[in-house]
Amino acid sequence: MADLRVNIAGISSPNPFWLASAPPTNTGDQIKRAFDAGWGGAVWKTLGEPIVNTWSRYSAMDLNGQKIAGLNNIELITDRPLSVNLREITEVKKQYPHHAVIVSLMVEAKREAWHTIVKQAEDAGADGLELNFGCPHGMSERGMGAAVGQVPDYTCQITTWVKEVARTPVLVKLTPNITDIRYAARAAFQGGADGVSLINTINSITGVDLDTFTPRPAVAGKSSHGGYCGPAVKPIALNMLAAIAADPATAGKPISGIGGISTWRDAAEFLLLGATTVQVCTAVMHYGFRIVEDMIDGLSNYLDEKGMQTIYDLRGKSVERVRDWKELDLNYVVNASIDQDKCIGCGLCYTACNDGAHQAIGAVRADNGRTKVHVIEDACVGCNLCSLVCPVQGCITMKQIPTDAGHCSWEQHTSGTGKLAPRPQDKHFH
Amino acid sequence: MSAPSFDEIKRPLPKDEALTEANRCLFCYDAPCMRACPTHIDVPGFIKKIATGNLRGSARMILESNILGASCARVCPTEELCEGACVLNDLHHKPIDIGRLQRYATDPFVIDAHTPLFAPGAATGRKVALIGGGPASLACAAELGRRGHTAIVFEAAPLAGGLNSYGVADYKMRHETALREIAWVEQCGVEIRCNTAVGRDVSLDSLLTDYDAVFVGVGLGGVPPLGLPGEELSGVRDVLDFIAELKTRPKADVSLAGKRVAVIGGGNTAIDGVTQAVRLGAAKVHLVYRRGRDEMPAYEHEIELARKDGVDLVLQAQPVAIEGSTHVTGLRCVQTRLGEPGADGRRAFETVPGSEFTLAVDVVLRASGQEKRRGFLSGIPGLALDKGGRVIVDDTGRTGNPKVFAGGDCVSGGKEVVNAVADGKKAALGIDALLKGN
Repeated sequence: MADLRVNIAGISSPNPFWLASAPPTNTGDQIKRAFDAGWGGAVWKTLGEPIVNTWSRYSAMDLNGQKIAGLNNIELITDRPLSVNLREITEVKKQYPHHAVIVSLMVEAKREAWHTIVKQAEDAGADGLELNFGCPHGMSERGMGAAVGQVPDYTCQITTWVKEVARTPVLVKLTPNITDIRYAARAAFQGGADGVSLINTINSITGVDLDTFTPRPAVAGKSSHGGYCGPAVKPIALNMLAAIAADPATAGKPISGIGGISTWRDAAEFLLLGATTVQVCTAVMHYGFRIVEDMIDGLSNYLDEKGMQTIYDLRGKSVERVRDWKELDLNYVVNASIDQDKCIGCGLCYTACNDGAHQAIGAVRADNGRTKVHVIEDACVGCNLCSLVCPVQGCITMKQIPTDAGHCSWEQHTSGTGKLAPRPQDKHFH
Repeated sequence: MSAPSFDEIKRPLPKDEALTEANRCLFCYDAPCMRACPTHIDVPGFIKKIATGNLRGSARMILESNILGASCARVCPTEELCEGACVLNDLHHKPIDIGRLQRYATDPFVIDAHTPLFAPGAATGRKVALIGGGPASLACAAELGRRGHTAIVFEAAPLAGGLNSYGVADYKMRHETALREIAWVEQCGVEIRCNTAVGRDVSLDSLLTDYDAVFVGVGLGGVPPLGLPGEELSGVRDVLDFIAELKTRPKADVSLAGKRVAVIGGGNTAIDGVTQAVRLGAAKVHLVYRRGRDEMPAYEHEIELARKDGVDLVLQAQPVAIEGSTHVTGLRCVQTRLGEPGADGRRAFETVPGSEFTLAVDVVLRASGQEKRRGFLSGIPGLALDKGGRVIVDDTGRTGNPKVFAGGDCVSGGKEVVNAVADGKKAALGIDALLKGN
């Protein structure tokens, strides 16, 4: 059994699975039930200025019958009295001393206000703090949340104020609603952050009701942009995570990964790209705390299968594999290979390639009435599209074609130090 | 054990189920389901429209190809046609539920409400008479109407629809459903004159003279007597009369409670006979067929239905006499022995001497094949029949008489509703070409 214990920036946790600061961490009762289910940590729903929420506040993007490919919310920070939250934090910590309780904070951009809230959270028993510089809706209109995260100087300044008084580790939660996430991360660490959490939600309007013309979620015939999360945002989160993990200015710094994590597989990907813990919200809002059982079990089995003992054997393993495009080998030749025994004759690869890619799959109507497809090797650029649309597991695979030409990147090609292998288009145009 | 009910075996799909099923469709290129359909409905196309919530577009796409799409959604042997061709049979062992999706798309416009989906074409001033009001004529008339021709259907029975109204097993489609669909087709611009038999109420000559073209869609006749001793006894009847009666009268009036029933035949109509006899409360139901199960013309899924209903398959049994004094009391049969396939591809059989046995029954239903309407058809000048009594047509549906076209069971010898619709449509195109050429 692999050891799933982690320590991120000085916060220890029995496993890397945390609940993100969100509706699932709204109350002490929820967090206790989550810890009982197996979650290693929880980031308490953001404490801060008193707010009032709208009633209607979530909306979703469904995809071809699958519910909640993406979730959008216009809910603000906690609407419970600060004293209640603080009392419950103390209760939870007393009952679960070995679990990680991180308290998310957001107050107006005043040094004293931050000093006060930091002390209150730590006095209540927080193991660490997470500064919410990411919320893109509502609070940002009042100069908080993403309004801070979008300006590196503000991020650095407030982090500095917090670190003046903080006795526990400080994570800064970053907004993805920014041009280059690396600047925000650098600013957080410059201000003294012990780690960063990302991504917060992405500005979004999930859709418009075609009968009422009101975007969702509808609030008395109006709507407002919200924050988007859930499975749909995972690729965006992974890219931003990798950017920070690979940035020489922040490489190796503690990162808590967030964004569409629903399974142990997702979690493993975040760990591979440099995260030490992962935070989950949408999947819990969809299926409940119980999903952590398979996350722990699946990750543990995966580590065992890979011969790895701890999370740290996995962490960051993929970071060095993310490179600038100019470094990629232009002579890595692959072609689609179709397993005719597995093919069911749907012709989707043919249509996709013919209309949407490179006209490298031929189709004929077979005697049995099905479509029989074949790869036109001279035309195949190895783009992968056919393998992506194929509904049959393992039917279309991308096979490497040996070439005499050695490694040749764009840099080598343009500097005259590399030789390109023949391309399919050469055969077509000449 | 109580008898199975007449409730529809294929229940309608609720919205959520329909959307899930529609999203399961792969949207194949050159989809085999589309080619397996005699009317070539764009199956992936209409299913995609269900998935996007474009139900009206979905219904229109179906009905443009098959004006009787609502009834075909219920009565088509989809296992043998579109669903049988679905590539997902190979992947998940469960094809897309195409029939029920088609019903989901068409019912709101055709059955539940009568929504006009097609405007009649600009009037050409040409008139076409259609003899017989079954699926072939209805499909032909609807297509002619869309092309601006006046189409008038002459139906001898009180109601149009042919077997759709009178002959489809009630658990597949109710009588009322068929009538709702016909009313919708009428709304599309088709005029139907019921209780109007050609040759009795209107002369064939007048149709050939007064109309620019004539379509013959008279279907088949009844199931003729088998020539058995005792066939005149009460309780012996044509299975089609039995089915028509149970579809048009309250079930309580035609109850078979406690009765023992034998149905003679091995085709799909024989299956309809036994399964409905079971539903009418019969105490014992036999299906008597002279060859073996493998030779039964009925579809496998139909035979399976009969088996599930507890029907006694009496195979390799040739009826030789019906016993009784005034009312039938038994069906005497002799066992048969199967030989090699003959010229028609079907296995020959011979009776086994001394193997006679009698089934004690109160009702005997003949389901041994409908007869051809040779008498009526031979009265149409120029129209020729093949050896089997089927109307000979060219690939446009045209008979030996240049202004007479034909389709449906009188041409095919007896196929599915969807084949009749395909025939009717094809003939409509042929007639349209003829009328435009004139």
